[in-house]
Amino acid sequence: MELNGAQIVVQSLIDEGVEYIFGYPGGAVLHLYDALFQQEELKHILVRHEQGATHAADGYARSTGKPGVVLVTSGPGATNAITGIATAYLDSIPLVVISGQVSLPVIGSDAFQEVDMVGITRPCVKHNFLVKDITKLAETIKKALYVATSGRPGPVVIDIPKDITAPHIKVPYSYPDNVTIRSYNPVLTGHKGQIKKAVELLLSARKPIIYSGGGVVLGEASEQLIEFTRTLGYPITNTLMGLGSYPATDKQFIGMLGMHGTYEANMAMHESDVIIAIGARFDDRVTGKLDLFCPNAKIIHIDIDPASISKTVRVAIPIVGDVKPVLEQMLELIKASTIKIDADALAQWWKQISEWQAINCLEFDRSSPLIKPQYVIEQLHEVTQGNAYVTSDVGQHQMWAAQYYKFNKPRRWINSGGLGTMGFGLPAAIGVKLAFPDEDVACVTGEASIQMCIQELSTALQYKTPIKILNLNNRYMGMVRQWQEFSYESRYSHSYMDTIPEFVKLAEAYGHVGLRIDKPEEVRPTLEAAFAMKDRTVFIDIMTDRTENVYPMIEAGKGHHDMKLRVAIGTSTDRELA
Amino acid sequence: MMRHIISILMENESGALSRVAGLFSARGYNIESLTVAPTEDPSLSRMTLVTRGNDEIIEQITKQLNKLIDVVKLIDLADSFHIERELLMIKVKTTPEMRDEIRSMADIFRGKIIDVTPTTYIIEMTGPSEKLDAFIAAIDPESIIEAVRSGPTGISRGEQGLHL
Repeated sequence: MELNGAQIVVQSLIDEGVEYIFGYPGGAVLHLYDALFQQEELKHILVRHEQGATHAADGYARSTGKPGVVLVTSGPGATNAITGIATAYLDSIPLVVISGQVSLPVIGSDAFQEVDMVGITRPCVKHNFLVKDITKLAETIKKALYVATSGRPGPVVIDIPKDITAPHIKVPYSYPDNVTIRSYNPVLTGHKGQIKKAVELLLSARKPIIYSGGGVVLGEASEQLIEFTRTLGYPITNTLMGLGSYPATDKQFIGMLGMHGTYEANMAMHESDVIIAIGARFDDRVTGKLDLFCPNAKIIHIDIDPASISKTVRVAIPIVGDVKPVLEQMLELIKASTIKIDADALAQWWKQISEWQAINCLEFDRSSPLIKPQYVIEQLHEVTQGNAYVTSDVGQHQMWAAQYYKFNKPRRWINSGGLGTMGFGLPAAIGVKLAFPDEDVACVTGEASIQMCIQELSTALQYKTPIKILNLNNRYMGMVRQWQEFSYESRYSHSYMDTIPEFVKLAEAYGHVGLRIDKPEEVRPTLEAAFAMKDRTVFIDIMTDRTENVYPMIEAGKGHHDMKLRVAIGTSTDRELA
Repeated sequence: MMRHIISILMENESGALSRVAGLFSARGYNIESLTVAPTEDPSLSRMTLVTRGNDEIIEQITKQLNKLIDVVKLIDLADSFHIERELLMIKVKTTPEMRDEIRSMADIFRGKIIDVTPTTYIIEMTGPSEKLDAFIAAIDPESIIEAVRSGPTGISRGEQGLHL
């Protein structure tokens, strides 16, 4: 079969089993768009801004585990995609971003809409390619998908000059079944000796804790993690990225850890004698001040990326490997081991943890006349029976969603953890809904974040992706305001917008349903009504208590044992904001 | 802050060098010198990179380099017995009365005079970097018109080697 470059790109993606391509046309990709037009298998989702394309593909990838594919034009199309590429990079999400480039002969001449995409993306991709030879096109696409999805996943960019996709230049096409790259061989199974040592240390622990992260989600190892945790009977905490990989309603789960983690999770980390980190990377939002981090703990660290091990925290037993086979290997050894866990010590440890839990660090004022954002998330959980896919933007609402929506399954919590990208939630929700049209998809956002990619409401209408947007509207950039309250003597510098749009009208202008509520008793019925509208996107503008803060909190420069807790229930609504 | 020579075998692809250089600037590692050229296998380039850092930093540098898709293999030569050489070409002004002295100085350091004009010499010299430093320090700084150094490159001793 002879195909031109544009047809090769499209056919390769079809042969790879790609379902959706998220994109926006432009000069350098016109040949590609012409090829897309002449087929029906690969469905193109036209976004309203290239950042939206990357986030939508990212949401699709996070919820399905399959790679998200993006198509943008050269120049501004390519640069608009950067934020989304960096978002995927920081959270290790498999994306393949195809960007058009000016024709080969004019590369380097500052041609119209030319940017050095390979150069510009180098620091925020797992790898990138510039295709200079049409005969390498299919193979390059295969390689890109392989690199993006294997090992520690990540975004890969393929920059394709316009003349490579020219309609009249045809070459024989065959899509490779598989591809090997001699310089790229991710390690999968763990080193047996290290695993043996780890199991011995783990079984002789007196105050152990399991600290697991996004690697468990990415590695599809939730089942193994649950069995591992239950077999040991140890407490488990998840990172922001790991939520859902262990059921949050299980009694061994002691909440998220880190800056806005639970008191019990952070205290247990601080007091522990053995930590097993599973697919988690000791991010600064998790560790707090490194000098104060877990002073008495010996650490075992399982990660597929050797560079994540001992990067910020030195570990005693590193295990490089894919979490799923490594956990399986460990479980086998644990079951066969003659070392008995010290039941008394473990009972003592759980007793200590339950004392920390008794502080009830996530309690909030339930008698407030104002809508508490935490209450909204709790109600969202009840109305959707904990089964929704929840995307979020970045800020206070993100932390509340993480704290109060008790995720019981992996891939249901879709947020920008590493890069912290405002504007992520809405396009990501569209990507999720395309993948799971019959599931409830909620986007928890705030009035600042939502405005960063609000144009995608138009995409949601075009492709009939009925999502529910919960806009926790506190008329502030809440997290900025909170930091300004705590650290800048309440000097609220530019964390407020004087002009916030009427979101109900805005939603209606985009062809959706808009609702606005400002009383706690309206929350439940409004959510129920919104989720009952199965075929409509509903934007719920929820006027919340603008003084509410995210607690608990580890402030900058502090350790896990030094958390800022809510002072007393009922004080927040009495506060006047300047 | 130990000095390390990292020898890298990488795909001879355009952009491979910038991936390495970009990694160092993005992560704040320092590069003292860097040399790169194709190997006997034209699909591979060999890069020699001199950097400084404590053990943790060097461990991260080697891990991050290994993570680059284009990097096939690397070794830290500081971990084993190795030989290190650098090339110096230095152009010096010569007055009639100084010419003999400069020539004998070059002889002492086993340098070669590779270009001669009535008023200048170009001296070629190879050796460990310290030897080149010593030579430069030994000649009158006023007489140096320019000096060019390749940056060190190195190879491990014995039967082990960096190859596919």
